Amino acid sequence: MFESIITAVIAVTAIGLICAVGLVVASVFMHVHENENEKKIRELLPGANCGACGYSGCDGYAKALAEDADTKANLCTPGGDKVSKVLSELLGREHEDVVEMVATVRCCGDCKTTEKKTLYSGVDTCAAAKMLHGGDGMCTYGCLGRGDCEAACPHDAICMDDGIARVDSRKCVGCGVCVRTCPNHLIHMMPDIKREVIACHNKQKGAVARKQCTNACIACGKCQKACPADAIVIENNLASIKYDKCIACGKCATVCPVGCIRTADYSGKHKFPEPNYIIR
Amino acid sequence: MIKEIFRIILLSVLVNNYVLTKFLGICPFLGVSKKTDQALGMGAAVTFVMLLATAVTHPIYYYVLKTFKLEYMQTIVFILVIASLVQLVEIILKKYIPALHKSLGIYLPLITTNCAVLGICANNIKDGYGFINAMASALGCGLGFLLAMLLFAGVRSRIESSDPPKCFRGVPITLVSAAIVALSFSGFAGIIETLFA
Repeated sequence: MFESIITAVIAVTAIGLICAVGLVVASVFMHVHENENEKKIRELLPGANCGACGYSGCDGYAKALAEDADTKANLCTPGGDKVSKVLSELLGREHEDVVEMVATVRCCGDCKTTEKKTLYSGVDTCAAAKMLHGGDGMCTYGCLGRGDCEAACPHDAICMDDGIARVDSRKCVGCGVCVRTCPNHLIHMMPDIKREVIACHNKQKGAVARKQCTNACIACGKCQKACPADAIVIENNLASIKYDKCIACGKCATVCPVGCIRTADYSGKHKFPEPNYIIR
Repeated sequence: MIKEIFRIILLSVLVNNYVLTKFLGICPFLGVSKKTDQALGMGAAVTFVMLLATAVTHPIYYYVLKTFKLEYMQTIVFILVIASLVQLVEIILKKYIPALHKSLGIYLPLITTNCAVLGICANNIKDGYGFINAMASALGCGLGFLLAMLLFAGVRSRIESSDPPKCFRGVPITLVSAAIVALSFSGFAGIIETLFA
């Protein structure tokens, strides 16, 4: 009786010891040198793994920051100024302001300007509605209005209003989850400054587009002519602004006959307490 | 011999599927089956660990435990050995194949305590398989796990875009669909006896 207990204890202890020694030897001989800074940086980052910095998640960004001195410390938009300040302190660099990004819905086809072409009573998501002949609205390029982005937004910053999605720029942290969710790819990330936005994605010819939505871009070219900076190009029956040239003078918005060029003023994002919805 | 190995593999993939008929390893089955690529990674990692665990625990049972008449210590010793084995594999992968470590790395610690891995080691002993047959059985079980994960990941991606009643959303509908997938696997019962008659 006593003997069998002793054998059991000895055998299991021996196996355990062998395993332990093996693990210790392995961890000593195969130790991978980890950058100390990388760990510290990783702890400072928010850990949302959103990819807004352009790297594969927070781990990738931490690695790039630790190894490459040219990597900018202000790329983390969800972390904002707070994170970039701590990061640049840790890395001993000059603090750079973070350009916060805000989601922008590039469609202004609300209930007054466009209509439904069919009665849709299927699964109530944009992705499902999109699968059935591009959605139930007249315009197949525009906002489907079923709130996939609203459901996806982790910060409760999107609400459906008058048939299209609107972003509350005070709550938006610029993570870009909605950008990946929208089946019509209407949501774009834009820097947190005042500028003009072409709030339409319709690529049909003018007359057709006009019938689908009274706010649709008809590619008339007025904005192109009015632009003093040559920043507007018209491709596929749709105007688009090249933001590297745009000087945000707002002339295009005043001449647009259909009113799909809107001024998106995000500059007051953190200053005004009242709701500051995107395009107004 | 080859016929026997083939029979064992087929038996453990379809008839004795560890997830869908023996209900072992349910936690990773429900936890990591949201996306197909993750399911594939987890399935591959489990297959690898199952093979490795069988290769180590089988000799330990027959040469150590049996010699000292310690068969009743099987579970404890197997858990000990598998856990440290997976840790060792993780260290080795981290050093020599960082890319693989990155893709499998998060799953490996999860597998240390996976009941399917322990189950395959214990069942190989119980069924009295020799070393080669035990390895074949481990491979089959791993592949069966992989198959179940992949199938269920497909089912789940369909559930994501469906519209179940509110009370069924999330875990309930997942469990219900897992039950239906498991039910379909019960149709394989008896197929091996007919095939290799």
